[in-house]
Amino acid sequence: MKLEPLGDAAVVATLGEAIDPATLVAVLNFAEALGAAKAKGVTDIVPAYVSVTVFYDPSLLSDGPEGAYESVCRLMEACALKARASPGVLGTKVVEIPVCYGDDYGPDIELVAEYCRIGVDDVVSLHSGGDYLVHAIGFTPGFPYLGGLPEALRIPRRDSPRARVPAGSVAIGGSQTGVYPVGSPGGWHIIGRTPVHLFRPHLEPASLLKPGDRVRFKPMSPGDFELWR
Amino acid sequence: MEIRVIHAGMQTTVQDLGRKGHLAQGVPIGGAVDPIALRLANLLVGNAEDLPALEITLTAPELEFEKDGWIAVCGARFEGVPSWRPIRVYEGDRLKFGSRIQGCRAYLSICGGFNVERIMGGRGTFLPAAFGGFEGRALRDGDVIRSVPCERVLTGHWRMDERVLPRYSREPTVSVIAGSQADEFGDVFYAERFAVTARSNRMGIRLEGPALTRSSGIELISSAVAPGTVQVPPDGNPIVLMADAQTLGGYPRIAHVASADIPLLAQLAPGDGVRFRRITVAEAHALARAEAHSLALLRQGLAEKIRSA
Repeated sequence: MKLEPLGDAAVVATLGEAIDPATLVAVLNFAEALGAAKAKGVTDIVPAYVSVTVFYDPSLLSDGPEGAYESVCRLMEACALKARASPGVLGTKVVEIPVCYGDDYGPDIELVAEYCRIGVDDVVSLHSGGDYLVHAIGFTPGFPYLGGLPEALRIPRRDSPRARVPAGSVAIGGSQTGVYPVGSPGGWHIIGRTPVHLFRPHLEPASLLKPGDRVRFKPMSPGDFELWR
Repeated sequence: MEIRVIHAGMQTTVQDLGRKGHLAQGVPIGGAVDPIALRLANLLVGNAEDLPALEITLTAPELEFEKDGWIAVCGARFEGVPSWRPIRVYEGDRLKFGSRIQGCRAYLSICGGFNVERIMGGRGTFLPAAFGGFEGRALRDGDVIRSVPCERVLTGHWRMDERVLPRYSREPTVSVIAGSQADEFGDVFYAERFAVTARSNRMGIRLEGPALTRSSGIELISSAVAPGTVQVPPDGNPIVLMADAQTLGGYPRIAHVASADIPLLAQLAPGDGVRFRRITVAEAHALARAEAHSLALLRQGLAEKIRSA
């Protein structure tokens, strides 16, 4: 584990060098141990792919003889030991997300099919055929970075990002797929849309997904999409 | 009372001191880009320093007040409206700002605070996801926003001593801590001036200067970033992340602005410039302690001033 400062109010721990489920397990165990410590002065714990970042308030940690940064590092080392002593496994929670593929819901699906030299139906069956692992939440509130896109669906990002991608858009970019929880600019190819809200600021938790969850996309008809909405 | 928005200005939003504890869900801390100016604006009208106030950006709004009350304006300075002191407003008054003198963001507080809902632990507007503040958006012409009733008695014949105000400048030198990839960029970042571009907003301040060239081509795996993180995208123009920045980033990090110096950056307008000097984390904490100390003195001084009214 490598520790280094992220400015004067956060410390980032890097736990691995490759994006894979084993590293994600280590990341989530460590984040859980940090949360369970309920340490004074820690304001946020942010897991992502191969790292966990601890945000702290130095004014609540500067009363001891050692610096605030050093005391956070010491906390993180202690929690890393604890996490390693009780290695966890990935949860089995699967969140099913219905998706209306193609047409106006997924304007780029034909382009994706053409690039990948498969039919539009193949894009749908491949994309909805397996489970995806949530490696991180970020970019916009509730946005899941999903791992597990089939090789046959990999396509470079758009040359120029769209100024506005509608909320609920399901998209592919590089080796990743994701869902835009809120309208935002976006450089990925949109293949469908879900009526499910991935970010609900009035609910707790606001994000439907969290790192470690699995996602399964289920095709739905335009009629069902409009009914759901 | 009701405050009618006659003209909304370029981007006027309700902000407070931000949300904590939601970064893991992709929700940034947000809140005032210049938190010191917001705190002082609140203290000047006797409010708790974290109450929601209006963040005014570059061009100011025109407002009409339904009742008598007190307001204060801190941060960016405009012709015609005094800064850093309580201002008495009367029923039917229209507050008009003249042209901008210096700074980018002004904070307008009102006695009692603006009355908006608390969502996810904060009352500030988060524009990218359209929640918080006033209907999750910037104010528009014709909006009516409410403040919490307040009977506080204040006096207006004084202003804060210039010497205790933040050291705003159009050409500040800002303290930074080295980022993970600092060594891959050489020293040009610390040697030259960078200009603030018009493509800056609450998410980030985009700078232009000598192109920063990275010696390594290794792609990084996205991890957490923070307000103050200076990222360098492939075009070599650095971006300083601000209050509403996304929570994860994959660009190389050359540096991180010391928390105490964030207000200096928050007040830079397009065309202003900035230089960077490198300090350690411990030195950044010392700067923050010094700032907290002077804020405590100000808080005490203002409380006495307001009590004696």
